[in-house]
Amino acid sequence: MKHLRQLEDQSVYILREAYKNFDNLAMLWSMGKDSTVLLWLARKAFFGHVPFPLLHVDTSYKIPAMIEYRDRLAAEWRLNLVVGQNKEALAAGMNHEKGRVTCCTALKTMGLKNLVAEKGYTGIILGVRADEEGTRAKERYFSPRDKHGDWDFRDQPPELWDQFKTAFPPGTHIRIHPLLDWTEINIWEYIKLENIPFIDLYLDKGTGMRYRSLGCAPCTFPIKSTAKTVDEIIEELRHTNVAERSGRAQDEGRGMELLRKDGYM
Amino acid sequence: MTTKTQAETVTKPSETMQIVIVGHVDHGKSTLLGRLYADTGSLPEGKIEKVQAICRQQGKEFEYAFLFDAFLEEQEQGITIDTARTFFIWNSRQYIIIDAPGHKEFLKNMVSGAARAEAALLLIDALEGVKEQSRKHGYLLSMLGVKQVTVVVNKMDLVSYRQDVFAGIEKEYREFLSQFKVVPAQVIPVSAKFGENIATRSTRMPWYKGPTVLDALGLFKKETASTEQALRFPVQDVYKFDARRIIAGRITAGHVKVGDRLVFSPSNKTAVVQTIEAFNIEPSPTEARAGQSVGVTLDEQIFIERGEIASRRDDIPLVSSTLRANLFWLGQTPLARGRKYLLRLATQEVDCEVAAIHRIVDTADLGHQEGGQTVGKNQVAEVTFRTKAPIAFDLSSISEITGRFVVVDEYDIAGGGIITELVRDEQEFLRDEARKRDFAWIKGEVGIEARAQHYGHRAAIVLLTGGEHTGKSFLARKLESLLVAEGRHAYLLDGENLRRGLDADMGETDATETARRYGEVARLLIDTGLIVISTTNPFGQAYRQALPSIRTLVNPAPVIAVHMSKADEELPPNTDLHFAGPKNFDEAAKQIIEELKRKGVLAQAVGVRPTFQYSI
Repeated sequence: MKHLRQLEDQSVYILREAYKNFDNLAMLWSMGKDSTVLLWLARKAFFGHVPFPLLHVDTSYKIPAMIEYRDRLAAEWRLNLVVGQNKEALAAGMNHEKGRVTCCTALKTMGLKNLVAEKGYTGIILGVRADEEGTRAKERYFSPRDKHGDWDFRDQPPELWDQFKTAFPPGTHIRIHPLLDWTEINIWEYIKLENIPFIDLYLDKGTGMRYRSLGCAPCTFPIKSTAKTVDEIIEELRHTNVAERSGRAQDEGRGMELLRKDGYM
Repeated sequence: MTTKTQAETVTKPSETMQIVIVGHVDHGKSTLLGRLYADTGSLPEGKIEKVQAICRQQGKEFEYAFLFDAFLEEQEQGITIDTARTFFIWNSRQYIIIDAPGHKEFLKNMVSGAARAEAALLLIDALEGVKEQSRKHGYLLSMLGVKQVTVVVNKMDLVSYRQDVFAGIEKEYREFLSQFKVVPAQVIPVSAKFGENIATRSTRMPWYKGPTVLDALGLFKKETASTEQALRFPVQDVYKFDARRIIAGRITAGHVKVGDRLVFSPSNKTAVVQTIEAFNIEPSPTEARAGQSVGVTLDEQIFIERGEIASRRDDIPLVSSTLRANLFWLGQTPLARGRKYLLRLATQEVDCEVAAIHRIVDTADLGHQEGGQTVGKNQVAEVTFRTKAPIAFDLSSISEITGRFVVVDEYDIAGGGIITELVRDEQEFLRDEARKRDFAWIKGEVGIEARAQHYGHRAAIVLLTGGEHTGKSFLARKLESLLVAEGRHAYLLDGENLRRGLDADMGETDATETARRYGEVARLLIDTGLIVISTTNPFGQAYRQALPSIRTLVNPAPVIAVHMSKADEELPPNTDLHFAGPKNFDEAAKQIIEELKRKGVLAQAVGVRPTFQYSI
């Protein structure tokens, strides 16, 4: 429990730095376990309030239960929810059959970029974790994106002693990653500790299957698991050597490197 | 060699520890890391196979180093471009291992990785011996505050596992580290490539009796937050989301309890902790300690801003506008005298400049080069900084987190420093007087906040500076009339009136005492809630010497400094507005009123409840 409180203290510090330094700030919420923990941490940092909008980039292919859950919590926690969608791409018939990286780029990366451009956000808070996959392991807590929303991983600014990059030229924005040091197990341990409401797609409901990572319905697959409670998930994760995102099709090959360089979350 | 598997050894991790791996490029950091994970069964299923397949595709031999190089470019060039974090659980402890690149041009990544580590593994190539980067990294680890270092002498296979080669490197490097008082926790001979002394004991080096790398990780002690030290609680922000006015921040040292009296530096304001606020924690906590991000409410509604450091009254931080530090520079543009930078220390941000570059430290042999005008990229130097306004800090040997700072050049952090010395500035004496006076100040029933609410504005001082016949008096009168006509409470403090009254006992020439008395009178008037308008008339040409004293004595009231001159000239430090040549006085007065609004002294419109920069 002590290690969870240490992670919490650091994340809360980062969230407060973000709120203090960015006039036009927003947090990305995909309704998954990570960004929901992030949302909970914001309520911790601001004593029950969430003083910035929550963005959901809706690809229209999300699992319906996720949308229900989103709207329920938004009402209960009085959230300022902003939903963005790349309507042009959808109207032109974009889907995963056109290629997974192509689809992710159009509906998620471009959906996010359009939303950022339209609302003029200068800071975006995201729930990415370093242990998810290799490119995320190289992120800074405060990571700049250029005018095109691209990430230059070759030349990242130094970050030390909890002093973060909070100044940036006009037209660029900063991605803020308060969960970088958390692992998948930490997320579930914290959900249990704080009793955070989560979508039950993460649990086996008698079919011997559950989702370990949530994304779009066509590109996310459940794993074989009999974990019916948070405790059982934690127990299962302690003994697995299978990568968390193994059920996420976009990670195959060099998918994530290419996606993230161009501004994917 | 036996392979332990993760599943056999995993128990519930009770603590987390961040470890950085540093060293010269090509000394085998990534290989060590890959080997450590592979030999402890900590890799995700299929990871080795996936990387092996990529290697086959590119027609090259598989290496353990490739396991954590996520980018195509890293794998193609065989180098680690940026710091990567990997996660590893062993014997009830969760490690976050930071692989920091060793190339010279990537020092900023090494610094970013090492600065958040609690312990370090420093690699040296047995064949190549101690190199420039081995020394530089060792020196920087100590500057960055990493106290536990284990030295790993790698590639022992290339020197036939000879004890004398190892002993020579150990002796040389221990001597180097001892010059800045670092004693390595362990020095371990290994071959990362063949897994010797990584997770399992080497049979090829029977002469070595010490721990393996895996054992050495377990031997690193968890650093406990410094709760025994004097309290340091830098204010991060002030929230007023609901009825509570919460002072938020992270305690960097010591602990705080409900009922403790806090002193905020550099403003010297004090109040008592009424509650410690927390979300989803029942019952509410009554104390908090170092490392925690907390929020407190106070018994009195005093104005406090981000950047101030709360402490107990008997152990306050240092306050000065001048400090000496050991600094490392990472910027593309060299650190130069005369250039403006932003200094960030805990949550304080202040404009600064380099007052002196004392010497450049050669980290390869710790030799010194005296003086100089600039500090180049990747150099370490001893430097004195002068800040635009006084800041609160500690010596890094006393309180680590409030004893270090970063320097921002334009948009980026370009350097970091640890404070070695307080340099007494000329305001030291008056600052001490003001602090003692403020601590002992006897307050009436009406607080400063109540007065501000009643008047509809905060107290402040408008300081009009400039030479003779520049129109200061005329503008001061104009401004006073305009403010009072708007319903503000403003008062013109003319130094001439002090000279003939309060100062009647003094000789003509005691400029220091004149300034001190003037400042104390201004301080009293500000305490009544007034906007004091003053000119530096009584100081004649010596007004530039009097200004810092007045500022020190009226601290922390907002000062709006307005300079007037006949032609362009060098402005006194911290000037807010400047009017040169013939002036339109109505326009000038209006601009000052705008500045009062911008600084949160006045509400944006007359009659409206003031919306200050921070909530009341």
